[in-house]
Amino acid sequence: MVNANTGSFELEDVSVAYGNEIAVAGVSMTVPPQAVTALIGPSGCGKSTLLRCLNRMNDEIGGVTVGGTIRLDGDDIYAKRVDSVELRIRVGQVFQKPNPFPMSVYDNIAYGPRTHGVRNRAELDAIVEHSLTRAALWGEAKSFLKKHAFELSGGQQQRLCIARALATEPEVLLMDEPASALDPISTQQIEDTIAELKDSVTIVIVTHNMQQAARISDRTAFMLRETMEAPAALIEVGDTRTMFTNPSDPRTEAYITGRFG
Amino acid sequence: MSIGSLIDSRDRSGRAAIRRTAEAVASGLIHASGWAAILILAAIASFLLLNASRALGEVGLLTMLTGDSWYPTSDNEQFGFVPMMAGTAWVTIVALLTAVPLGVASAVYISEFATGRVKEISKSIIEFMAAIPSVVYGLLGIALLVPAVKDILGLDTGLTAFTAGVVVGIMVLPTIVSISEDALHAVPDALRQGSAALGNTRWQTVLKVVLPAASSGIFAATMLGMGRAIGETMVVLMLAGNAGIIPGDPFVSVRTMPGTIAAEMGEVVRGGLHYSILFATGLVLFAVTFAINLAADLVLERQRKRWGR
Repeated sequence: MVNANTGSFELEDVSVAYGNEIAVAGVSMTVPPQAVTALIGPSGCGKSTLLRCLNRMNDEIGGVTVGGTIRLDGDDIYAKRVDSVELRIRVGQVFQKPNPFPMSVYDNIAYGPRTHGVRNRAELDAIVEHSLTRAALWGEAKSFLKKHAFELSGGQQQRLCIARALATEPEVLLMDEPASALDPISTQQIEDTIAELKDSVTIVIVTHNMQQAARISDRTAFMLRETMEAPAALIEVGDTRTMFTNPSDPRTEAYITGRFG
Repeated sequence: MSIGSLIDSRDRSGRAAIRRTAEAVASGLIHASGWAAILILAAIASFLLLNASRALGEVGLLTMLTGDSWYPTSDNEQFGFVPMMAGTAWVTIVALLTAVPLGVASAVYISEFATGRVKEISKSIIEFMAAIPSVVYGLLGIALLVPAVKDILGLDTGLTAFTAGVVVGIMVLPTIVSISEDALHAVPDALRQGSAALGNTRWQTVLKVVLPAASSGIFAATMLGMGRAIGETMVVLMLAGNAGIIPGDPFVSVRTMPGTIAAEMGEVVRGGLHYSILFATGLVLFAVTFAINLAADLVLERQRKRWGR
């Protein structure tokens, strides 16, 4: 595999501010390569904000400042010479609601590679098939590659978006509650896809579904915003099984046993 | 017993009845104004048809639409619409070639790149352009563009379909900009983010995702602009030269359908054949612009459904 042993993040004292308001502060953790790391916590605890730091999507929103250091495979991704556009080829993202482009299934997946210079038809065909296979959609999709993406079901659209993100061969895939807009069967398929993918790509997933985090992740980070005035913080991070069976922080235990959130 | 029912029981016969009457009157007025628009449209169509009936009977629609000479006052009268239809077509083509690229580019700038004050100011300027009377555009055309076209292109006259088309294009610019901008604005941000997350620049995202997603709205903007360009009268009367020939290119004097009606209506005998012919011209214009606007509306409606707004 091309991406073997790459795609690890180190976060050091990361903070995010919207204008003057500090939303997240003091997050230090590592994201191991080729594993699933889940970010959990109640609504408004800064999970999605932190996730968007990893591919610098916060840059797209005005007035957001990111402090601390984030390194991808040892390189500071907020260093001046780093181009956020280049970074996003290495770190793909899947959004909460499926957002296929208004074009055919094939063109959706070929979109990223085409932008980055792949023109050869046979090569594109291969990328499309490979990406759809990895996203567990090839079996269904091979018969409707020419179909408009909007004709697919919600679950198919989301797996199409996963395939689209995989088509540029990213080292890391960020997922922001990718199944929260889907029915249980589609959710199951997305979870199966994640389990298949983690051998070849690092996954960071935001979820507020604790069972989902327990089912699919290897490592879990629990975030919490304790009062409205204080910024959100990382409470505990560790091996998922340990965290769900024997949490070290009483707040983590309170959350995972359903006492709040 | 709640307060509401107390009040009701106290003056059940008085206030409630007044409220019901007011409701009925308001609802009746709103329905009436809705129907009034349709009735007025139907009245215009039947009025044109009535006045054009003599021309339709004596000359015939097909003869008018296919006739290649327009000699309305000679002994051997000829009422062929082809010269002025071709003149209108050239003016409209030049107008759209001017307005669509410029208008879509402005809309992209305003919707996708401009922020804050610059955005507000550009929108206001575009809206203000729509408020300038067409005769003022005509004057500017005569003063600036007519001599320039004559000198630069080495023509006998600067009064050409090209000159009129460019000015009409500038006039329809606000229509194209504001409808295209609405269409771009309606494209969900999720698509822009999806494209950015795949390592695309703003510019690549606009070209490859946002513009195609807004294409039906931009097409509708073009159609509405076309409807306005076809019907524009004053500017073409002042700038197109009004020669009744069939133009092969836009660099000659032409007459247009609205220009012909405006120029000749003052000189015809009321109720005469020429009078009726001009109404037939108006009827054809009405039908064409109606069809174009209807098509644009259908396209816009489809776009609204697509993005669920």
